Amino acid sequence: MDKILRIDMGAKGGPQFKVEALGAYAGLGGRAMTSSVVAQEVPPLCHPLGAENKLVIAPGMLSGTSASMSGRISVGCKSPLTGGIKEANSGGQGAQVLARLGYAAVILEGKPEGDDLYKILINKDGVKIEKDNSLKMLPNYDLVDTLKKIHGDKITCISIGPAGEMKLGAASIAITDIEVRPSRHAGRGGVGAVMGSKRVKVIILDDTGLKNREPKDPEKFRAANKKFVEGLTTHSVTGQALPAYGTNVLTNIINEAGGYPSYNFREGQFAGASKISGETFADIETKRGGSATHPCHRGCVIRCSGTYVDKDGNYLTKQPEYETVWAHGGNCGIDDPDAIAQIDFLDDNIGLDTIEMGATIGVAMQAGLAKFGDAAAAIELVKEVGKGTPLGKILGSGAGVTGKVFGVEKVPVVKNQALPAYDPRAIQGIGVTYATSPMGADHTAGYAIATNILKSGGYVDPLKTEGQVELSRNLQIATTAIDSTGMCLFIAFAVLDQPDTFQALIDLLNAFYGWSLTGDDVTALGKKVLKIERDFNAKAGFTKEQDRLPRFFSTDPVSPHNITFQVKDSELDSVFNW
Amino acid sequence: MKITVKLFATLRRGRFDRETMEPSDSSRVIDIVRLLEIPEQEAAIIFINSRHAEFDTVLHEGDTLAIFPPVGGG
Repeated sequence: MDKILRIDMGAKGGPQFKVEALGAYAGLGGRAMTSSVVAQEVPPLCHPLGAENKLVIAPGMLSGTSASMSGRISVGCKSPLTGGIKEANSGGQGAQVLARLGYAAVILEGKPEGDDLYKILINKDGVKIEKDNSLKMLPNYDLVDTLKKIHGDKITCISIGPAGEMKLGAASIAITDIEVRPSRHAGRGGVGAVMGSKRVKVIILDDTGLKNREPKDPEKFRAANKKFVEGLTTHSVTGQALPAYGTNVLTNIINEAGGYPSYNFREGQFAGASKISGETFADIETKRGGSATHPCHRGCVIRCSGTYVDKDGNYLTKQPEYETVWAHGGNCGIDDPDAIAQIDFLDDNIGLDTIEMGATIGVAMQAGLAKFGDAAAAIELVKEVGKGTPLGKILGSGAGVTGKVFGVEKVPVVKNQALPAYDPRAIQGIGVTYATSPMGADHTAGYAIATNILKSGGYVDPLKTEGQVELSRNLQIATTAIDSTGMCLFIAFAVLDQPDTFQALIDLLNAFYGWSLTGDDVTALGKKVLKIERDFNAKAGFTKEQDRLPRFFSTDPVSPHNITFQVKDSELDSVFNW
Repeated sequence: MKITVKLFATLRRGRFDRETMEPSDSSRVIDIVRLLEIPEQEAAIIFINSRHAEFDTVLHEGDTLAIFPPVGGG
């Protein structure tokens, strides 16, 4: 990982690439890399779909090594959805393979004239950029099947579906998993639209003939990894609950806590929750011959994913994540696991963020385009996006645009990005994160659920305002650092509870790079990156008025706690005062 | 008194999803946990009527008690 690949898609005579030394970006990875490049090189006032925007794809600092859990990849740009800086994070094989190929970042720049579509091949022999209009408007699964026939089944693909080609605000970038399925997505913020604007359909990676990256101190690195894995496998969340039930284990607990947004955030509990819970999904998967425990990338020991099959045992989609099950399930009044799994597949295939799309369908239902609970109608609406009809393009532009077009007042977005699966009135800490994250509404940016609900890393009462700002601040700092390492965020459950596991993570970094970081240095990295991101947003026109939840969260109490969001504006404005 | 008890995730194994129980008056959460032979560290997150509760919280007629093992996700 000692080089950067820059591809100028707008070069005269066709796309050109050059391979550069890391220079000022040395030592950076993941979100620290993408946000640094975007802040340094992208004019904050540029149009996100214009030639001046750049798409930065970066493995984490520990990706491509033998460190467990190090397979997260960051995708950064100026977001067409929020208008601010964006880092969308994904699992799958992309990070490990790109890191083994030696690239700390791939940067797509410029914009070609005309509408030719390109594929980029990267392997140990170098880089090839080829025009291939036969791939136009292929859905992700069909695309990958086509490419496997040409390039073999050892490839890893980073691709866009029709939504990305249409440059829609909800368009994702797909990353293939261990089975070479495009089931993992850098979902949020319309990153797929930026890739589409560059006319790049797919980046095909092949690390055949290459080895893991070598640490500076192999012995210390092995020892640290052993301790790290022990910490993860013995912790009850990362060692038991996540492997057995996946992220959707949360449906029942968030519903029980009264923080499960139902019917477009009208209610805080959903009567059909148990029918779409993680327990139910795991049961279906096991009975039908799918799998309830599966890693999304090699080297993962938590294995929170799974394989969802239909009644005849045929692959339907990967185990849908909690956020997806909520967005297309309870948020739309839908309690049918098969329908939700089908929509998960459609989103992945068309190349859409499941959170944005589920929230959008909820807003469309609020507008009367379909009835809450009508799964067949929801499926048809998602299909409209794939077809690129005028209605489909409106829906594919996200909840904010859909709400405006259909005159809906209660639209759950911050910085025009849809709120995920936790009601900020019943769980006030996550409301602070939604409001203030530079990314727009994003649960992963500072996962207050851990401490407000799951009693991980202490306990702060979710229904009170005390302690929420400090909680969100500390989590946003820690998350930004973790997102730079390439580590899966789920390590946080063990790292927050077990000082030894946190130390093992720092030891991994130090043994690999020959550094002598302390916990304070990791915190300093998180703060530095957050500051870069906030500065970019300020230059792009963001003020403190954008660090707010939609008004209805302050005026409309939600059942069963009958509470509004109560953290004061002045407190929200203090989140980044450290 | 009558209460509703709901168990989740691994706590369901060998027990139940949801049952009505009739413990003696002024029973506490810990009494139910012991009655169901749930190891204390496994009863990590407890709600009574959708609010967090502790082992020594006293139960009342009509309460819904929900018990979760340590879970996480996101």
